[in-house]
Amino acid sequence: MSRTKHIALVGNPNSGKSTLFNILTGLNQKISNLPGTTIDKKTGKFLINDLQITITDLPGTYSIYPKGEDENIAVKHLLDNLNETVDLVIYVADASNLQRNLLLFTQIADLNKPTVLALNMMDVAKDKGIYIDLEKLSLELGVLIIPLNSREKKGIEQLKNVIYKTESSYQKNYSELLTKQTVPYHQLVIDRINTASIHEDDSSIEITQETEQRHQIIQEIVNKCQQNNVQKIKNKTKQIDKILLHPVYGFLVFFLTLFVIFQFIFKFAEYPMSWIEYFFSFLADGVNQLIPAGTINSLITEGVIPGISGVVVFLPQIIFLFMFLSILEESGYMTRVSFINDRLMRQFGLNGKSIVPLIGGMACAIPSIMAARNIENKKDRLITILVTPLMGCSARLPVYTLLVSLLIKNNKQFIDVRGLILLGLYLAGFIAVLLFSLLFKYILQQKEKSFFILEMPDYRMPSLRNVAITIKNKTYDFVFNAGKIILMVSIVLWFLASYGPSEKFESIELKYINYQNDDKESLIKSEKLEASYAGIMGKAIEPAIRPLGYDWKIGIALITSFAAREIFVGTIATIYSIKDVDNEKSISDVLAQQYRADKITPVYNLATIVSLLLFYAFAMQCMSTLAITYRETRSIKWPIVQFVYMTGFAYLMSFLAYQILS
Amino acid sequence: MKAVDLKDGEKAKITDVSSGKFQVKLIEMGCFKGSEITRLYNSPLGDPIAFDIGGYILGLRHDEASLIQVQTQD
Repeated sequence: MSRTKHIALVGNPNSGKSTLFNILTGLNQKISNLPGTTIDKKTGKFLINDLQITITDLPGTYSIYPKGEDENIAVKHLLDNLNETVDLVIYVADASNLQRNLLLFTQIADLNKPTVLALNMMDVAKDKGIYIDLEKLSLELGVLIIPLNSREKKGIEQLKNVIYKTESSYQKNYSELLTKQTVPYHQLVIDRINTASIHEDDSSIEITQETEQRHQIIQEIVNKCQQNNVQKIKNKTKQIDKILLHPVYGFLVFFLTLFVIFQFIFKFAEYPMSWIEYFFSFLADGVNQLIPAGTINSLITEGVIPGISGVVVFLPQIIFLFMFLSILEESGYMTRVSFINDRLMRQFGLNGKSIVPLIGGMACAIPSIMAARNIENKKDRLITILVTPLMGCSARLPVYTLLVSLLIKNNKQFIDVRGLILLGLYLAGFIAVLLFSLLFKYILQQKEKSFFILEMPDYRMPSLRNVAITIKNKTYDFVFNAGKIILMVSIVLWFLASYGPSEKFESIELKYINYQNDDKESLIKSEKLEASYAGIMGKAIEPAIRPLGYDWKIGIALITSFAAREIFVGTIATIYSIKDVDNEKSISDVLAQQYRADKITPVYNLATIVSLLLFYAFAMQCMSTLAITYRETRSIKWPIVQFVYMTGFAYLMSFLAYQILS
Repeated sequence: MKAVDLKDGEKAKITDVSSGKFQVKLIEMGCFKGSEITRLYNSPLGDPIAFDIGGYILGLRHDEASLIQVQTQD
């Protein structure tokens, strides 16, 4: 039986806690959410000789007194952990900023758990001309200190040694040094947790005074143990900020950054995505040859394989987006993105950081909504999640292209009008984003007042290990959590589109039994789709969509679009039994020849096309996005809100467009 | 005077932080009585502002920077 030991990493954000965690555990780590929040809870395992270590990386925080609901849960979790399982606390502090980092340390130390102080970023402190007398500091703080430089793995062995040996560690009790301490410290913290979410506005006098006094005690200690050599200070960060926060160059760099991210997730991700699609269609062909035609074959080739493919196909975009996000985060630039855009975005109830998910939304809302986790403010984050799917994503493009080509046949002008219409549709999406953000800003109850109190860490080279581990964790999270829902939905849609009430459905094959022309297959397919449950649903919704200028055939396409918007094109091709589905021109030609009951008015006239374009621009037609919204907000309420407001708005706009134009 | 009124590069000592919702938060971030604060630079759109608080950079909106009372060292 090997011995086990539980340790917890505690510290401020940007103290290098996660880097240390990644070094200690490598890939042997698991990320879950604290119940009811999107705060990451990371646990990992590693061995020191015969000792099995379980390590928990608790969320970075500046103080033990929570400021909002999420922090409330985080602190509660921290206290529960410290009370029950944890044998040793490793407090990680940024050596270049002792004063602020030691505040939480004194609070944790007062909880009377064995604690050691890992003084990280010793190299940064040195660069800043800060000299720390470690022996003296250890004596003054009453704690064992291990100097670290986790980026370069310095001090790790020593830390492991300490973890291995330390059973208990002497600590000073700071709360005894505080004056006017009327209630025991533990009680104060617990009271605060229990009341924080109710009295958001109070900054109780005890806590204010206590925090101030702690700072003063720390200041005395730091003054004794730390010397600053002002002349040696090389402050690269402030010099870089001069450029990155410059009114002209700052925005230039920012837009360039967005452009590069956009290029990757829009353009470069296309290649691996098409390989993935090719691979799965190859797989489906293989299954087709192995398994005789029938239910099982159809379930696998038209339900399961497209479903899995529909999950895996997002991976390139997710990997690219999270690669950039974690580089931005690691390098310290992400906080500058917030800083630059805060003024503009807060007018709309958004956050400086919302701009990244919104730009990502032009490729795909799924990874973008996941990326909104970087936004600390709960309300800003929720609004960002709700509006991101209004950005014109890449799945809308095939639909737009087909419809616009129906609108304008041959373009001989110098400026391609089709391009202008596309641009207009993307712009319409963006305007809708701002409009609805503003609306949500006023509708949603303001529990947390919006604020901007943000540490802007020094610029650093991103650590490759941290970036790689982030990508791995995000990908895993997507495939095994959101992926499950997406797969289920696509199987349901497959069922709806390939099955119908039996007698009518089976009679179709019989009807064509003596039919010999080569369009037999596509005619059967078309009639089957009409007789399927999806077809019945399409017909059922016809009265509701007639005011928008759509018939039941378009209704079916709207329903199948729920799997992904671009399926509109394939469904339309099937309904009109178009054989050459890969040729957009042939589809567009067939559509142009469809007439309504009066045999004069084309189905796809100007009014209907514009109405359809607007519907696809604004309506929530993507089950995968709804699945992600559900997962990220942990509530069924928000995907429903998202569906209702987007589809409702789309309906209204399409209705107006059709009624005015026809 | 308030921290928001400092000029770029101007250094001051914090004399008080107005009570209210953000008081504790600001103190926790290092803005306590007696600590040094230097206004560094604005965001390109004028707001928020970056301050140096005892060696690290803290971004604050005008609203939050108005809560911090300071005294310049003349």
